[in-house]
Amino acid sequence: MTATTRTTGSADTAAVRRAISSTPRPPRPGRLSAALVFGWRGMLKVKHVPEQLLDVTVTPVMFLLLFTYLFGGAIAGSTSAYLDYTLPGLLVMSVLFTTVYSGISLNTDLTKGVVDRFRSLPIWRPAPLLGSLLGDSVRYVIAGTVIIVVGVALGFRPDGGFTGAVAALALVVVFSFGLSWVFSVLGLLLRSPNAVMNAGFMAIFPLTFLSNVFVDPTTLPGPLEAFVDVNPISVLATASRSLMAGEPDVVAVVVSLAVAAGLAAVFLPLTTRLYRSR
Amino acid sequence: MTTQTPLAIEASGLGKSFGTTRAVDGVDLAVPAGTIYGVLGPNGAGKTTTIRMLATLIPPDAGSARVLGHDVVREADAVRELVSLTGQLASVDEELTGRENLVLLGRLLGYSRAAARTRADELLDAFDIAEAAGRLVKHYSGGMRRRLDIAASIVVTPRLMFLDEPTTGLDPRSRNQVWEIVRALVAEGTTILLCTQYLEEADQLADGLAVIDRGRVIAEGTPGNLKASVGTGSLQVRLLDPGRRDEAADLLERAVGPVVLEPDPAALSAVGADAERAAIAVAGLATAGIPLAHFSLQQPSLDEVFLALTGHAADEPSPTADTLQEHAS
Repeated sequence: MTATTRTTGSADTAAVRRAISSTPRPPRPGRLSAALVFGWRGMLKVKHVPEQLLDVTVTPVMFLLLFTYLFGGAIAGSTSAYLDYTLPGLLVMSVLFTTVYSGISLNTDLTKGVVDRFRSLPIWRPAPLLGSLLGDSVRYVIAGTVIIVVGVALGFRPDGGFTGAVAALALVVVFSFGLSWVFSVLGLLLRSPNAVMNAGFMAIFPLTFLSNVFVDPTTLPGPLEAFVDVNPISVLATASRSLMAGEPDVVAVVVSLAVAAGLAAVFLPLTTRLYRSR
Repeated sequence: MTTQTPLAIEASGLGKSFGTTRAVDGVDLAVPAGTIYGVLGPNGAGKTTTIRMLATLIPPDAGSARVLGHDVVREADAVRELVSLTGQLASVDEELTGRENLVLLGRLLGYSRAAARTRADELLDAFDIAEAAGRLVKHYSGGMRRRLDIAASIVVTPRLMFLDEPTTGLDPRSRNQVWEIVRALVAEGTTILLCTQYLEEADQLADGLAVIDRGRVIAEGTPGNLKASVGTGSLQVRLLDPGRRDEAADLLERAVGPVVLEPDPAALSAVGADAERAAIAVAGLATAGIPLAHFSLQQPSLDEVFLALTGHAADEPSPTADTLQEHAS
């Protein structure tokens, strides 16, 4: 029996030995190149797990169809007028939903032990986090592009043209960089990827609806209107709308960027600290 | 015997608490370089926490440790350059392919893109995973996954490798493959700290052993010493003729020790056998003309070792440690 088990051990010992002994240690990678490698990992995930991206892009597209054709006429007088109003807001919704996945994938890495592998390597400590941001940004751009393309197919023709649409997308993506750290913190604190998903959407879903993404808040009861007006998602949607219309609302754009910077200033250090100690 | 071998790991009074749980409570270790050192203990004994501290993943809150001459807290980066982790300790990415995982690690360790690819293919070939190289790791078999785990840990050959339960849940063939790889690593000069729950695995691989329970080292020695200190192997015998069992029982009792009659009317076992006494007993049966269908010498199990050393069984989690917390934190 010993003889047979020994010969069936198909990992060829000589080859294993050669593989083990033939490794001169290369010089340590630079900070930027380590982060870029993690960015590449993020891209591979988009390729291998497309359903994650599909989940978040399908919901806003459904809302787009539902709201435009079911309520659009009643809300804005005509479906095409409503499309003009709501599409820049749905762009915000679509991309912001995607940010929840930053937290989910971080939590998956943590619970599966992948984070421990990275932390045991002699690399620049923030590289995995910054690199995943790079991968995430690709996801944001895809999610945003999908909703704009569907909108254009349905007859959306922004006055700001291509440039306006790109400017709006860029603003929303930059805002998402700030927001994603909030979900990264959730991802590091909660027990499972599912818990992150639930908590994340429980926060982002009502916030998106209690904004001016779908309706003009002037028709809302006073206290609700007051909330909607200060909701950063409303500000971002207003900014996105103004950029698409080719008449940038500078205040809304600046406030959106400031909120993003504020979120990053608080939650980015928190993320790196939790990442180090978990 | 005292040797002058340099130590790969020196830990003294290492401790770590999670909340009110003292997961590791003053562990001392001295692991000679170039050997396989086993850390044996039940779930929740503090093995994983100890290794996480030695591998610089979490800082100890008491004591100190040097790995390959570097302090695990003050010179953490120097330690990280020399060690690697496998298994539950540090996973590969299930949502990437086997090759992508190895290329990713190669790039992170400083190889150029081309060199990382060459190295990945070399490892995939050597570890017999080449044909699955393009598949996502989540679709791998257990044995393949374990080999990839090890390959991921030697993209650059480490001076010290932490190997956590490398064969848990593997079939015998895959287990032998993993053992072969581990032996090859040591032959090339890597020191291995092996965590296991299986006495047999420690016996097969380890040069020295520490038994951990409730966050403390409760016994140290070679696997042989440890078993000898327990000394409760048992000789199992099955006769061709059940009618002669009483006769055989008398003989075994004299040659070995207390005899247990099994439910099977042709089977009996004698407790307390070492290899020599068992051989004498079996020869005695043959001399007496009692024909045997089968006999075997059972090693003392980890359960027995534990029972002897700690007074509680290995599969009962140690009461002071909380496994869940140990993994989550």
